[in-house]
Amino acid sequence: MAKQNKIINFMGLGKIAFVLSALLLLISLGSLATQGLKFGLDFTGGSLVEVGYEQDADLGKIRQLLAEAGYEDVTVQNFGAATDVLIRMGETHDPKLGDTVLATLQAGESQKLELRRNEYVGAQVGEELREQGGLGMLMALFMIMVYIAFRFQFKFSVGSVLALAHDVIITLGFFSVLGIEFDLTVLAAVLAVIGYSLNDTIVVFDRIRENFRLLRKEDSVEVINISLTQTLSRTLMTSFTTLLVVLALAIFGGETIHGFALALLVGIVVGTYSSIYVAANVMLLLGVSRDDLIPPPKEDDVVDELP
Amino acid sequence: MLNRYPLWKNLLILLLLALGLLYAAPNLYPDDYAIQLSGTREAYQVDEPLLERISTVLEREGISNKGTELENGSGLVRFADGESQLRAKAAIAGLLGDQYVVAMNLAPTTPDWLSNLGAGPMKLGLDLRGGVHFLLEVDTVQAVAQRLDVYVSEIKTKLRQDKLRYRLVDHRSDGSLEVKFADEATRDEAHSLLRKDYPEFLLSDETVDGAFFVVISLTEQTVRDIEDYAVKQNLTTLRNRVNELGVAEPLVQRQGRNRIVVQLPGVQDAAAAKRIIGKTANLEFRLEATPQASAGTSETYEFRSQPGRNATIERDIIITGSSVANAQAAFDENGQPQVSITLDAKGGQMMGRVTRNAIQRRMAVLFVEYKSRTLTETVDGVVQERRIPYVEKKIISLATIQSVLGSQFRITGLESATESSELALLLRAGALAAPIYFVEERSIGPSLGAENIELGVMSVKIGFALVLIFMVLYYRVFGMLANIALTLNLVLLVAVMSLLSATLTLPGIAGIVLTVGMAVDANVLIFSRIREELKNGVPGQSAINAGFGRAFTTILDANVTTLIAALILFAMGTGPVKGFAVTLSVGIVTSMFTAIVVTRALVNLTYGGRKLNRLAL
Repeated sequence: MAKQNKIINFMGLGKIAFVLSALLLLISLGSLATQGLKFGLDFTGGSLVEVGYEQDADLGKIRQLLAEAGYEDVTVQNFGAATDVLIRMGETHDPKLGDTVLATLQAGESQKLELRRNEYVGAQVGEELREQGGLGMLMALFMIMVYIAFRFQFKFSVGSVLALAHDVIITLGFFSVLGIEFDLTVLAAVLAVIGYSLNDTIVVFDRIRENFRLLRKEDSVEVINISLTQTLSRTLMTSFTTLLVVLALAIFGGETIHGFALALLVGIVVGTYSSIYVAANVMLLLGVSRDDLIPPPKEDDVVDELP
Repeated sequence: MLNRYPLWKNLLILLLLALGLLYAAPNLYPDDYAIQLSGTREAYQVDEPLLERISTVLEREGISNKGTELENGSGLVRFADGESQLRAKAAIAGLLGDQYVVAMNLAPTTPDWLSNLGAGPMKLGLDLRGGVHFLLEVDTVQAVAQRLDVYVSEIKTKLRQDKLRYRLVDHRSDGSLEVKFADEATRDEAHSLLRKDYPEFLLSDETVDGAFFVVISLTEQTVRDIEDYAVKQNLTTLRNRVNELGVAEPLVQRQGRNRIVVQLPGVQDAAAAKRIIGKTANLEFRLEATPQASAGTSETYEFRSQPGRNATIERDIIITGSSVANAQAAFDENGQPQVSITLDAKGGQMMGRVTRNAIQRRMAVLFVEYKSRTLTETVDGVVQERRIPYVEKKIISLATIQSVLGSQFRITGLESATESSELALLLRAGALAAPIYFVEERSIGPSLGAENIELGVMSVKIGFALVLIFMVLYYRVFGMLANIALTLNLVLLVAVMSLLSATLTLPGIAGIVLTVGMAVDANVLIFSRIREELKNGVPGQSAINAGFGRAFTTILDANVTTLIAALILFAMGTGPVKGFAVTLSVGIVTSMFTAIVVTRALVNLTYGGRKLNRLAL
């Protein structure tokens, strides 16, 4: 069965891709090591100031007054009643913070304000969450490796996990380099990126496995090139449709899920690239060959039909 | 015949989809803004006359409502919008005062026929719906101290029983206990007795100035067990209290070694919730002091219901409320109110041992409340806030012991039926094993949640519409069929989430986006396989069959891998990670069903069993 399609020589660009990945990883890791992530209030904790108004409070105006006074990362919410306002801010706690905030707000207000509460929210919660989440993630990675080693072969599981790590590190690096706040929604997006990247990689692997068994060619590079060519239209199609949803989220989703959409956007682009270049490259480096996938004694009937 | 499903298979698919539509339906009914009323004590019930009074007040204030409801002694008033709800809350709270809890909440509007089928809307998490979040810390130091108190009285009873004369059993400042004896022989005998009966003790002997001591400290394991027990007991108590609040999807969860997280989505009234959750109380059973008792062994306390009336009771605690397994209010033969109490095994033993020698004496039940006040003080010119815990103890009842008490006994001599039911309630659900303190308190305004979800849902809709359009453009008839399956996937996902009463959070939406992506991917995989087959000259029907068949392993591998990850994240993760894992696991299963089975059924219905000249693909 002669392929009409021209086989694209993906692996011909392997070295360039290798350099590009290494560069991106270096930048990301460097940035993560030196300036880290800018964790949001969800992780760091911060200060809580509760202010009581006589009449219904104008939240927009409060936000504006606080921004003009130079406070950053401020969240303003109604608390219990329309006249009560809760202000959360990333400031390290200073017992006078409540009074200075109150003075700032009072300056722009004719009614009398009252300071109800002024306290510090501990960061420990974030730490506990980080520890447990981290452990869960490692456990998940390990189980994925076991499954892939069982269904495919050990070299495949190394390839997929490295591709996964590649995508996560570069996505995190993106947030670190640009200093965008990393909050719980971004964490959720990173989890989604893992799922997406994994899905992408497995689809490519599946075709590589099939072709190793089917084509009886010894040249691994060629087999991988054929596999990638065959899955290319699917890869682009899926990435494109997912990007449509994510772009809609980024454009229309509003301020609160901006970080979320951004992380997904970066993750999908990187994930698509890595499923073509990183996983396959790693496997070539490990010396994957047809012998790694000796066909099982009983072939699929679909395979039997072929010449 | 190629590409035909048997009738039963089509019917089964149809049935599943119909069930999906049915159970997803409640989500089409938006929640009402509501005010929830409940009495702070058993004595204050919400009833029809009260609701009528409320209606009158609301009418006078010009606040329109959508009706009132009464259920299990608590009431609900529904409103059309958040503004009426806020105004009504002020009006109702003014009318009712402190005896009732007036809490703002959101109430579901699912029609009765649907809720009778067990259908209800999907719960929205704190981040989407708004609500309150508390982080509580259990005072485990207190828990250990309380247990030591109990040990002190146990040791005294035991030594007396064995006729070993001791001089003193007391606490030491380092947290250990000391038992003082006049001679060495008694001390050694006591030592071996204690070692036999209390394997959890670390014993050492001391001799100071002719006095002989056994010094008792607890093994590390025991201390940890006590702390663990205290946290678990408090967890149960808090769950009971939160249930009293009637919140839709509360979360009461242990976090770390001695912390408890309480999340109440939809509750907008943090202050009211805090009041109920924070009511820290315990009970102590002690004997009334004999008239000749010295001040060193007795204390005087006031009655809870009768200020000014006092009684002197012994310092030694027989048992605390944490030994109570169950308590029921009832009436005795003469129609007098009483409370039947069931103790756990250890509590029963203690009670028996103590009451054997105390028949005709009176036993007091003490209500212990742990409170704290925050003190603002200036130290070296710096304003500091200090939390000062203090304990308030008052007598609930003082009743004569008629016979030796075991693990089951009754408390009589109570003033009224109200008192007995309240005591039973406190014993069942009211006792905390150790005091708790609020470490953190967060409230998320509902308006922010509404904005969030509105924008989020709108953007998902737009994105979804774009995907649907693109699929049709690219795959034509097949794209259309995939779109139907894709939409059904979302319906099924919502139905399963609603049925499991899982909570949807913002990370959960991330899971849905990913699920949609993977469902599209599954169909793309199938269709591109069919295209490949067609390009290789395989005839239409066989191409369809081969396409589905060959894509299946790929889809299975990809989905199983992701499912493994999702399940582990679900098992190990907390909060946001869990929310993501739930939607993703459910979504993978539903998307595999719709992308493979439903799409196949639709393709079969469209093309199956006839000769194909060309495929619109």
